[in-house]
Amino acid sequence: MAQDKPKLKLAVYWGAACGGCCVSVLDVHEKLLDILAHADLVFWPIALDIKYQDVEQMPDQSIDITLFNGAVRNSENEHMAHVLRRKSRILVAYGSCAYLGGIPGLANFYTKEEVFRRVYEESESLDNPQKIHPLPENEVTEGHLHIPSFYNDVLTLAQVVDVDYFIPGCPPQSERLVEVFMDIVNGSDLPLKGSVIGASSKVQCDECKRKKSDKKGITRFYRPWEVTDDGMTCLNEQGILCMGPATRAGCGVRCVEGNAPCRGCYGPLDGIGDAGTRILSAIASMLDGKEPEEINRAIDSIVDPAGTFYRFSLPGSKLRRKVS
Amino acid sequence: MPINDEARVGFYICHCGHNIANMVDVTSVAEYAAKLPNVVLSRDYKYMCSDPGQEMILKDAEVFKLNRIVVASCSPLLHENTFRNATAKAGINQFYFQMVNIRENASWVHEDKELATVKAKDLVRAAISRVVFHKALEKKKVPVNPDVLIVGGGISGISAALNIANAGKKVYLVEKDPTIGGYMAKFDKTFPTLDCAACILTPKMSAVLKHPGITLMSYSEVAAVEGYVGNYQVKVTRKPRYIIEEKCVGCFACIDACIFKEAKFSDEFNEGLSKRKPVYIPFPQATPQVVLIDDKTCIHFKTGKCPQSCAKACDRNAFDFDQKPVTQELEVGTILLCTGFQPFDAARAPYYGYGRYPNVYTSLEVERLVNASGPTGGNVVLRDKTRPKSIGIIHCVGSRDEKTNKWCSRVCCMYSLKLAHLLKEHTDAEIYNFYIDMRTPGKGYEEFYDKLLNEGVHFIRGRVAEVSDWAINEHEKGKLVIRAEDTLIGMVRRIPVDMVVLAVGIEPGKDAQDIRRVFNISCSNEGFFLERHPKLAPVETFTDGIFIAGACQGPKDIPDSVAQAGAAAAQALALIDSGFVELEPNTAFINEELCCGCQVCINLCPYHAITFDETKSVSHINEAICKGCGTCVAACGSGAITQNLFEDQQILSEIYGLLVE
Repeated sequence: MAQDKPKLKLAVYWGAACGGCCVSVLDVHEKLLDILAHADLVFWPIALDIKYQDVEQMPDQSIDITLFNGAVRNSENEHMAHVLRRKSRILVAYGSCAYLGGIPGLANFYTKEEVFRRVYEESESLDNPQKIHPLPENEVTEGHLHIPSFYNDVLTLAQVVDVDYFIPGCPPQSERLVEVFMDIVNGSDLPLKGSVIGASSKVQCDECKRKKSDKKGITRFYRPWEVTDDGMTCLNEQGILCMGPATRAGCGVRCVEGNAPCRGCYGPLDGIGDAGTRILSAIASMLDGKEPEEINRAIDSIVDPAGTFYRFSLPGSKLRRKVS
Repeated sequence: MPINDEARVGFYICHCGHNIANMVDVTSVAEYAAKLPNVVLSRDYKYMCSDPGQEMILKDAEVFKLNRIVVASCSPLLHENTFRNATAKAGINQFYFQMVNIRENASWVHEDKELATVKAKDLVRAAISRVVFHKALEKKKVPVNPDVLIVGGGISGISAALNIANAGKKVYLVEKDPTIGGYMAKFDKTFPTLDCAACILTPKMSAVLKHPGITLMSYSEVAAVEGYVGNYQVKVTRKPRYIIEEKCVGCFACIDACIFKEAKFSDEFNEGLSKRKPVYIPFPQATPQVVLIDDKTCIHFKTGKCPQSCAKACDRNAFDFDQKPVTQELEVGTILLCTGFQPFDAARAPYYGYGRYPNVYTSLEVERLVNASGPTGGNVVLRDKTRPKSIGIIHCVGSRDEKTNKWCSRVCCMYSLKLAHLLKEHTDAEIYNFYIDMRTPGKGYEEFYDKLLNEGVHFIRGRVAEVSDWAINEHEKGKLVIRAEDTLIGMVRRIPVDMVVLAVGIEPGKDAQDIRRVFNISCSNEGFFLERHPKLAPVETFTDGIFIAGACQGPKDIPDSVAQAGAAAAQALALIDSGFVELEPNTAFINEELCCGCQVCINLCPYHAITFDETKSVSHINEAICKGCGTCVAACGSGAITQNLFEDQQILSEIYGLLVE
């Protein structure tokens, strides 16, 4: 393909991530070829063997777009966030973890000590009789060892560096990525800095085809396996806890289309500071019951409320973490 | 601290004489506020609410080009309007004003001046952080429909209806029973003047009927109410009488002609002490003078095999056996609820033997017995037609009692005295009043008690334990024995009597809760309708344009009920005469761009202000109905609902200001 303009330079990096976001980039399938027709991938740890030092050597602002996925949970993540910010023209928080903290962010319900105790002392699959915890620096016979230091808090990318755009999702819909990328390639007007892109400005319910009424009347909550979904009625109206009412649309209501409740990975709409309290008050508003006992009974049927309502958003919320 | 470069705040702290200045260091608060961002001017002053205080705001606004005003003083309930008006006069939108209550929230509730001052500073900081994000808002004006609905045709409803209709306004008076008159129509005499109740009531009843401004809808109930102050839409269901009201002249030929030669069904008006036929009129002066058929006892309705002798006897063809309930829609601007009370059910105090011993009566039954138009023509006889020689009247049955109702019913002492007097007059029996405390507050009431003390009526101070027919000596045989502690002589007494009268208390009507829901008002704990303020707004409710009067608000005697009816009528007339209502702009509105149509908000709204627009698939809030409670705002997952004066940024800035120095 003839190239008039120079190719864009593209980087993909993972912080505290599961790898799913990188896979979602791969999930563009043959569209990757289109992307590569317009861009060189200059850094992508999951796919290319390029060292951190190589990136550090790149001139500042030399990368056009960096998709940073994963939260910032240790000194390595933070270091790379700063490096990539410096090297990139456009830094995108890609996926729920970089955007709001995501699943790793649930660790903010615990302290670093609690996490270490669980992982290095109590884990069922562990054999660590001396209860050895990792140390950031250590003297061994081979010399002085450094490993990244583990933070007490999981942070969102924007809590560490200036971020240009946010693409939500766990992982983001690959189609959305291609759309956003092609917009940039085609020189479309870039959205306002700080915008959430590749998603809708309304909540899931707006796109959800299930029947909704003003009769919510939830008397108890069910986990999906506990009831037979009729396939047509709003899941919340059936007592199946669905985060749709307070979750940004843009994924194509994929979970609900697959008859599973929305878990909230696209996060809240613009201007909503705290996704957890927003969905909590929306769900609480659907409860039926006049007496405190009835309401308590209904609420007691929610398994892990904090983890449910803040599943993807704890570090990025007003609540941010559990205060110990 | 959140900053808005446009905002120029003028801050004033009020000494409130010594009320605030004694416990809060006002000068230090004023100096502190002067240094806060956006604050252009900060002053303290002795009485901000005084004319010079308000003038000061006006002058400062001009000189210092202020565009936000914050006053730290008393409760917004007291003076928010004062300062909003001053702000408006200063040429600033009145909603660019914020009030800080440092009197009730700081000076009055603390004893440490230093800490109270710190708290006042915190509250001031919060208000200043908030006010910079206020937006200019306008109050909306809505015209008031001058027609009035009055629900309940007892003495309160009748008085209010006449008051309002005499002022030239149209009144719809809805009464659930076949006649107006309420409980007062059952009474013989009224205390303390011993006026004949019927003599003073029936002229009012007929005045209601004849008044060109009053539409009387008897035997009707309000089924639904929609709308808001000044503009209510009301659905009234008229129950079938099976008589065409306009044709009946009240000749009663049909009653004589009824296939039942003898009356054999319990007569509600006479408290079941007499019988009536299926076609009947509650009492001779019933208003309207229209008979009705009780379809539960009428042979035609039960078997379809009645020759309909009643209808044949009617020379005006007023009978219509096919009548169905008819629902009529009314449009009114204000509503008065005068739905009254119900007497305590004496069977709930089984230790007094009501329903078990035939000669235990309720006070209301005795009202009928002593009444010349009652079942015995005013001849007080027991159920076996003998005349009682001794009568015990037990006060506080279902009042001042942990087991039943805790409240004092206010009328029982007085009507018990009245009944004692009337029974003495009618029977010359020995009368014993058993009372806990004699409560006679009211004009001429204590004097009436004095009069009774001189009439040879016995008064025994103590709560009655039980009424039984268990005789322990010859003297008690065949009598009802009232066992009570006499606290004045300090012993338990047994008084054998022929007749026991239970002075039953006043309770909320059995349908009070249903009425409350239909009209969207509140009830207090005991179930009476809740007034907006117990002292300063006794006939208003929390729903604008809906007023309450009479015993539906709490136990009350006739003069108090009539006075309240007058007050409620005046409130309604004031609203009507103002021509329009101003609506607070602290209402919520929906951003249709964000609304996803999930409809969570709709049923949450306690005022039914939200509807769903099927075509656009979004919800809509009627601002005229919205009271700004904020429930929907919290519920909206999309954050599509915003409430004026309580926008997220305003609230969060306020919290920030409160927490961060």
